[in-house]
This record gives sequence, structure tokens and C-alpha cells, in this order.
Amino acid sequence: MSTASQPGPVSIPAPRSRTRQRSNYELYSWLFMRVSGIVLVFLVLGHLFIMNILDGGVQRINFAFVAGRWSSPFWQVWDLMMLWLAMLHGTNGMRTIINDYAERDQTRFWLKMILFVAAGFIILLGTLVIFTFDPNIG
Amino acid sequence: MAAMPAGTIYRGGEGMWTWVLHRITGVGVFFFLLVHVLDTALVRVSPAEYDAVIATYKTPIINLMEVGLVGAVLFHALNGLRIILVDFWAKGPRYQRQMTWAIGAVWVVLMVPGTFFMLKHTVEAMFGSAS
Repeated sequence: MSTASQPGPVSIPAPRSRTRQRSNYELYSWLFMRVSGIVLVFLVLGHLFIMNILDGGVQRINFAFVAGRWSSPFWQVWDLMMLWLAMLHGTNGMRTIINDYAERDQTRFWLKMILFVAAGFIILLGTLVIFTFDPNIG
Repeated sequence: MAAMPAGTIYRGGEGMWTWVLHRITGVGVFFFLLVHVLDTALVRVSPAEYDAVIATYKTPIINLMEVGLVGAVLFHALNGLRIILVDFWAKGPRYQRQMTWAIGAVWVVLMVPGTFFMLKHTVEAMFGSAS
């Protein structure tokens, strides 16, 4: 075999150096969905059972009913945990869906900005309502 | 039939459809949650404002939608537990198909009495056997 047909020296560009630090963010996000999911199974299904099925369900709910429940720290903690875990779990799920289906970088960025601002607002509002609830209002 | 190779459980069949349903129910429940925190926040405005909004939850059509909400949350919860078992239980991927039918059965068993109690008042009020 002749060596004449061999191509001349080629230069292979060096591999692109990693511009960003490797992060385990997506691993923790994956784990968070599973851990928060297990806790939410109890918190949310318990909430739905009490509110929609037990003892007349939604028909018995009014301001006095809420006041009665939130007089107990147990239900305050239950609702606060449920609010935070459900909002973070839902927001992280929506983030995954936006990443999957929004193809343009700009679209992805702005959809996630709207998502995070809305989620932050709802978490803060809900937290404020639980902590500042006043049964004697109005 | 040859055993289904690992890694294809989300492509076609039960695995894919539960994945699709998991996304749809997740998005639906998320948007309801945003609205639900807003309506509950009315307890900081006045008892009358809160009671007025809660009254809409007791109307027949919204009551029916609550059955849909509970059904969506229950599916999302059961399928979430199935996903956890597929991920963390050594035999999870092998039994994922059986687990799909199992959560379907649990869903039906819980939804039948659940739907009965959720709609009881509405049906009685509409067909006049109670207050």
C-alpha cells in the first residue's frame, strides 16, 4: 500500500473547554420531586379527604370552619408545609415541562421568569395569610 | 414474549400513557393550586368575601369539577408512588406494568365511594330528597 494517498497532516481542534462548572442541580431536583411527592401524598390526600369527603365535604366549609381549624397549630403547620411543598413541587414540574416544550431560548427564559414570579408571589401570599390570620376580622 | 428491555418503559404502552397523564394532571392541579391560594387569601379580607367565593365551590357544576380535581390528584399521587418504586425498588422496572394496573384498580376503588360522598349533597338538592 502506498503512502501517497494518505491525507496530509490534520489538525484536530482541542476539545472545547468546559465553560460552566458542573452542577448537581438536576440530581437534587429529581430527588426533591420524589421526597416531596411522598410527603405530599399524605398532606394533600388527607386535605382532600377532610375538605371534600368527610362530614358533608365542601358544603360545610365557611369562614368559621377555617377559623376553627387554624386555631390549632397542627393544622397551621400542615397547611404551611403543604403550601410550600406543593408549590415547589409544582413549580419544578412546570420548569421541566417548559424546558421540554419551549424550543427558543428567549421563550424558555421568559416563561420560566413568569413561572418563578407567580410561584414566589403565591408562596409569600399563602404564608402571610396563615401567619396573620385573624378570626375576629370584619 | 421476550422480556421488555429496560430503558424503553416510557416508549409506547402503559408507561408512556401514564407519563402523559402524569404531566396533564400535574399542570391542571398546579393551576388550580394558584387559584386556590388566592381564594383562601380572602379570609384576610373579610368573612363575607370568603364565604361568597366558597359558595361557588358548593354549586353543582363546580362540585362536579371537584370530583375531577380529586381524581387528577389521586392519579398523580398513585402514579408518583409507582415512579418512585420503578426508580428505587430493584424489581420496580420489571413490575412497572403490573403496578400500572394496580394503581388503576386502587384509583377506581377509592373514586367510587369518594365520588358518591362528594356529589351526595348536590344530587340530593337537585332531585329533592334533602335540605
